[in-house]
Amino acid sequence: MAQGIRDKVAILGMGCSKFGERWDADADDLIVEAFTECVKDAGIDKSRIEAAWLATAIEEVSVGKSGIPLAQALRLPYIPVTRVENFCASGTEAFRGAVYAVASGAVDIALAAGVEKLKDTGYGGLPQRSRGSLNDMYWANLSAPGSFAQLASAYRAKHRVSREDLKRAMARVSIKSHANGVKNPKAHLRKAITEEDALKAPMVAEPLGLFDCCGVSDGAACAIVTRPEIARELGKSDLVSVKALQLSVSNGAEAGYNNWDGSHFVTARIASRKAYEEAGIGNPRDEISMVEAHDCFSITELVAMEDLRLSNEGEGWRDVLDGAFDADGRLPVQIDGGLKCFGHPIGASGLRMLYEMYLQLQGRAGERQIKNPRFGMTHNLGGFPHQNVCSVGILGRFEH
Amino acid sequence: MVGILAYGGYVPRLRLKRAAAVAANAWFAPGLKSYAQGERSICNWDEDTLTMAVAAARDCLGPTPPKSLAALYLASTTHPFADRQNAAVVATALNLPADLATSDVSGTQRAGTSGLITALNVVRGTGNPALYIAADNRRTKSGSAGELLYGAGAAALVLGPDDGTAEFVASHQIAVDFVDHYRAEGEEFDYGWEERWIRDEGFARLVPQALTGLFAKTDIKPNEIDYFVLPCVFRGVVQGIVKRIGIREAAVSDNLHTVMGEAGAAHAVVMLARLLETAKPGQTILVASFGQGCDALLFRATDRIAMTRPSRGISGFLARRKEETNYQKFLAFNDLVVRDLGMRSEVDKQTAMTTLYRNKEMILGFVGGKCRVCGTLQYPKSNICVNPNCGAVHSQDNHPFADTPAEILTWTADNLTFTADPPAHYGIVQFAAGGRFLADFTDVDPGTIDVGQPMRMTFRIKDRDRQRGFVRYFWKAAPG
Repeated sequence: MAQGIRDKVAILGMGCSKFGERWDADADDLIVEAFTECVKDAGIDKSRIEAAWLATAIEEVSVGKSGIPLAQALRLPYIPVTRVENFCASGTEAFRGAVYAVASGAVDIALAAGVEKLKDTGYGGLPQRSRGSLNDMYWANLSAPGSFAQLASAYRAKHRVSREDLKRAMARVSIKSHANGVKNPKAHLRKAITEEDALKAPMVAEPLGLFDCCGVSDGAACAIVTRPEIARELGKSDLVSVKALQLSVSNGAEAGYNNWDGSHFVTARIASRKAYEEAGIGNPRDEISMVEAHDCFSITELVAMEDLRLSNEGEGWRDVLDGAFDADGRLPVQIDGGLKCFGHPIGASGLRMLYEMYLQLQGRAGERQIKNPRFGMTHNLGGFPHQNVCSVGILGRFEH
Repeated sequence: MVGILAYGGYVPRLRLKRAAAVAANAWFAPGLKSYAQGERSICNWDEDTLTMAVAAARDCLGPTPPKSLAALYLASTTHPFADRQNAAVVATALNLPADLATSDVSGTQRAGTSGLITALNVVRGTGNPALYIAADNRRTKSGSAGELLYGAGAAALVLGPDDGTAEFVASHQIAVDFVDHYRAEGEEFDYGWEERWIRDEGFARLVPQALTGLFAKTDIKPNEIDYFVLPCVFRGVVQGIVKRIGIREAAVSDNLHTVMGEAGAAHAVVMLARLLETAKPGQTILVASFGQGCDALLFRATDRIAMTRPSRGISGFLARRKEETNYQKFLAFNDLVVRDLGMRSEVDKQTAMTTLYRNKEMILGFVGGKCRVCGTLQYPKSNICVNPNCGAVHSQDNHPFADTPAEILTWTADNLTFTADPPAHYGIVQFAAGGRFLADFTDVDPGTIDVGQPMRMTFRIKDRDRQRGFVRYFWKAAPG
């Protein structure tokens, strides 16, 4: 029986660049911006880092392939640097690599960095690109919003929710994240919106309007991790440790077999169940203090609340409308603005979520600080509802 | 003995109101006003001669093509490929066995009937059944009369060594290099001569010559002809010819000008396929078509005429119509105007021929797998069964999905992704017998679909690689 990762690794330091349309910055600028904060927070010299992982998803418009862009940007001293890519879970995957490396004892201190430079395409939205020589011959002509929009059609049919009610709940998801984003100086979008703004916005992919879609942003985030005893040797107290890191990857059953109804994420249910077990959390609704969910689109966040067992199935839309996930609700979600407003530089996003949980657990989240949080949960979905990767992370105070 | 064993057809769903095209062009070409009545069939952006040919063949064959088919002919003047056999693409899409004689027929507006005479003679000589398809979608300049007079359509016939539903009685062909119009290799558009000359020196002289030749070969007299088919876009010409020959004026068949226009080289076969839907045993159908000479073919419906029916037939497809009044859209679909398509349209669409060849049954034939161990149907076919409770390895036999009823499980209408006709509709379709996949939808009117909607699969253009002149074909789901 595997022991799991719980409390084996502590975060030594984290950093995050300003997210947004960074016309001023190349990818290496963003990496350096995030790393400067991170290494200062860790209180070590970069020469102490023994291995590094770099997450970037759409390398064609960003830094290109391999670990070299990170090694070069930071002038790392010829240490192992590995590039990872797992769609929108890439950032969390870089973190998992670094965490597993220090947990194994192979190295003492490791770096996880994520970066995406998306705003060099010349148009809004994610870059349009080939998906593989065979896939291009038969995959539907889908965009990211179009693929996630389909959740809404199946959710409405399964739970008999009217189009208007679901649209209102989706609007509420975004209104909440915009309200939170206003308080975050690093967020891409810092403007509150009204229900009317959300409901009247241009349609991107039925039923997702413009305000149902997250920002497409440039940005970088990183973490330096070590084992708790080393962190203490380095003079750190009030440690934040990793309680769980799980990943679930679709094997084609949702896309090709008949046991999935299209309204939820099979992977998210599996990854979150395993993460709660790994973290020793028996009752997530009472024990989880805050969540950074993968709100690439409003409907994704709404469905995630059910998949993570934070709402009852079919009732997530009511909980949203009741304000359960607002900053002052029973479980604050996207307290930093989320993908919706902090922004979504793909390779950096998982690390950005962990960054917010880390700040909150250390009481350093400023104006948006949650009172006395215990466990913070992060959740990334990459790909499409019918075939995706889902990562779930749980951070908490190290209490040994 | 040789005859037509089965027949079918296809007419695209979109019908351009001629008045819309006339209104847009009247400032420049006021003479077009005389053609403002009715509508013409137009291809959707993802339809062409090949997709119409497959649709007509499926209408004719039903879900199970006869195993004995030995040949497939495709007649058109608008084959998408000048050098890649179009008939072979159709054969692959229909999952016909590789032991098949295939041939493209082209080069004249009477290709549809010339190819048919040849095919009938081959069937007579070999004793083996053949699938004969004619499909056409003539390209015309904006503001031309042809733009209003022509339509898009296809028809398919199974020919066999048997009198079938309609016996082939006789034929006659004449070849005369009468250049009413021409299109040289590499040219986009036709160049035509004066209408009055084509009418008086062409149709009025050459058609009677072919008909006279035909009647000399049979005991059937002109006044015994029940239906006379002669595609001709000029008014009054056909009536003049029948009068001269002695065919009853009532025998002149509706040329479908009002409802679809003239479908090029396919039109005579389209008209024949439509008449077969209602012909009575013993009735005679004389088919003629004009183009560098004239073809004439005589058929007689047999006692079995009512026993074989197409799935929808030309009449069924004519009834499945959507009016289009946006002339600009017609221009756009036919590349007759230079448009700003946006950066999202710029993705490279190169097709890897190696990938396509390895997966030709999957892509062109829409063939998936059926697990021998658990019976699960799946698309695509894969090495390991998709059923989580099975997982058998290398256990799947080929399973065609094209004719399996499906319904929508999830859907969206996407305004972001590039498509020639936004919004792009797509979603997961669930096949009734098992299997599902995320499919592009086509022929969808915004606001009319939802989860549970019945869909049927249709062979369409997936993408065009304009940089390299290639067309990718695949299957899409359309409201059933």
